[in-house]
Amino acid sequence: MTDLNTLTIAEARDALRRGDTTAIELTEACLTAIDGAGALGAFVHHTPDLAREQAQAADARIKAGEAPAMCGIPLGIKDLFCTKGVPSQAASGILRGFTPEYESTVSQNLFDAGAVMLGKLNMDEFAMGSSNETSVYGNAVNPWRRGNDDAALTPGGSSGGSASAVAADLCLAATGTDTGGSIRQPAAFTGITGIKPTYGRCSRWGIVAFASSLDQAGPMTKSVRDSAIMLQAMCSHDPKDSTSADIPVPDFEAMLTGDIKGKVIGIPKEYRMDGMPAEIEKLWADGTAMLKDAGAEIRDISLPHTKYALPAYYVIAPAEASSNLARYDGVRYGHRATLDQGDGITEMYEKTRAEGFGAEVQRRVMVGTYVLSAGFYDAYYNRARKVRALIKRDFETVFDEGIDAILTPATPSAAFELGRETSDPVEMYLNDVFTVTVNLAGLPGIAVPAGLDAQGLPLGLQLIGRPWEEGDLLNTAYALEQAAGFVAKPQKWW
Amino acid sequence: MSIDTATAAKVAKLARIRVEEDDLPALAQEFNTILGFIEQLSEVDVDGVEPMTSVTPLRLKRREDAVTDGGMQDKILSNAPDAREGFFAVPKVVE
Repeated sequence: MTDLNTLTIAEARDALRRGDTTAIELTEACLTAIDGAGALGAFVHHTPDLAREQAQAADARIKAGEAPAMCGIPLGIKDLFCTKGVPSQAASGILRGFTPEYESTVSQNLFDAGAVMLGKLNMDEFAMGSSNETSVYGNAVNPWRRGNDDAALTPGGSSGGSASAVAADLCLAATGTDTGGSIRQPAAFTGITGIKPTYGRCSRWGIVAFASSLDQAGPMTKSVRDSAIMLQAMCSHDPKDSTSADIPVPDFEAMLTGDIKGKVIGIPKEYRMDGMPAEIEKLWADGTAMLKDAGAEIRDISLPHTKYALPAYYVIAPAEASSNLARYDGVRYGHRATLDQGDGITEMYEKTRAEGFGAEVQRRVMVGTYVLSAGFYDAYYNRARKVRALIKRDFETVFDEGIDAILTPATPSAAFELGRETSDPVEMYLNDVFTVTVNLAGLPGIAVPAGLDAQGLPLGLQLIGRPWEEGDLLNTAYALEQAAGFVAKPQKWW
Repeated sequence: MSIDTATAAKVAKLARIRVEEDDLPALAQEFNTILGFIEQLSEVDVDGVEPMTSVTPLRLKRREDAVTDGGMQDKILSNAPDAREGFFAVPKVVE
């Protein structure tokens, strides 16, 4: 048998059910791979004892013959998820030492299905970033390199550790979260699949909040089938999250027929950006041709407010963040600054937050504070919420006209170098230009690896679906995956 | 619309984040870059558009107004930087 850590969820599930391997063997293979991959900076808290305990329990369930699909599957969990008794600090210094007394609903759902947690994964601090460079743990590194060039590349962000770990076969799959592209951009940068479901599919309870109206959890996996299997296990209605949807979760995997005959795929003209690299342009055209060959009808569409999605996002997300992150005050959990003689409660707040938050988080909290402050609330925050309504309306219009899914590039470039000088924060924000519209409209979106650039780096395409129709979206992604035939893996250097 | 150091200091104060005097000009500059980017929103015709309040039109669930959880003081306090006698401890708030 091949190295067990390189298996997909579907392969491992089938092998476990046949009795060809055990959850313990799978877990040990992953733990060994993790031990040898410190250079990737992907795992930041290791839980080998818990993993072995969970694997043993999974093996007992499999033996008893009542094992769900995720039973015995070793996963990495993004550090944004609160995991009981295991440090969970959203890659922030302000949550140093925080060990939750409770389990997030999504990780609980996965554990209930028998999944095994190998440890916590690196990310941008509070999920704010597109390169995993704002993490208090240091960078996560992309297992992919440009040919023989040993320059360290970003795995993307904010779910950079998740992307790196899955691409390097340190785990079979990982959880991610996506507020503006944080599952789909890193998936595209590392040649893996990642889906952000419809807002409300996954409970947000126990996931450290960044921007509550945009945040959604989702799986990051080695195949579309794996995304279908794992997403199904993650979704649920949860009374503890009032925005989680009380609608049935279909059997996503059963919907993967690969048949997309007669489906109408929209190609939005506004996503053809000035200065878009020729390789991205070609990838998009190739993907369009693949879906057409598979029997889909291709239709040019217009989403006129696309251009305003990023600026609207950079009002709404910081505004919500400034409110959500107000809870980090040094009183109930996490870091508290050492105070000088005579310091009162205000000094405690100000010093604690200055010490605990990194530069990007401070910047966004303060921008959010500004756009919500008296006199600017209407000009910025209310206007952004109106533009958001228009962006959502753009999508509703094309869906009403019969579009089943929308095909776009996932990112404006391949993975870039870590440590690039960026004096302009806005430059980094542009990474999310193709993904952020989906969060603003609450839609499901999936990134599928579709090719390599001239330097040998993976490139991804994004499909956007109708609300609550993840099953149909996954099936279209499955057809694209089969046509693209992406099988490349990074050369092991770590 | 330009942010000066005094405004930057005010925003930092509102956000309860200590920013050293020397760092205020750079911070103001960053705000200006970001707000310059956001400024594009003023081009959009939003007449008659209602600001979006919720992403999906689902009606929020209601439940009986009853206690469903609690009685776990030790767990609540277990991560506190300073807890004494069953309470969170903070510097003096009222003179």
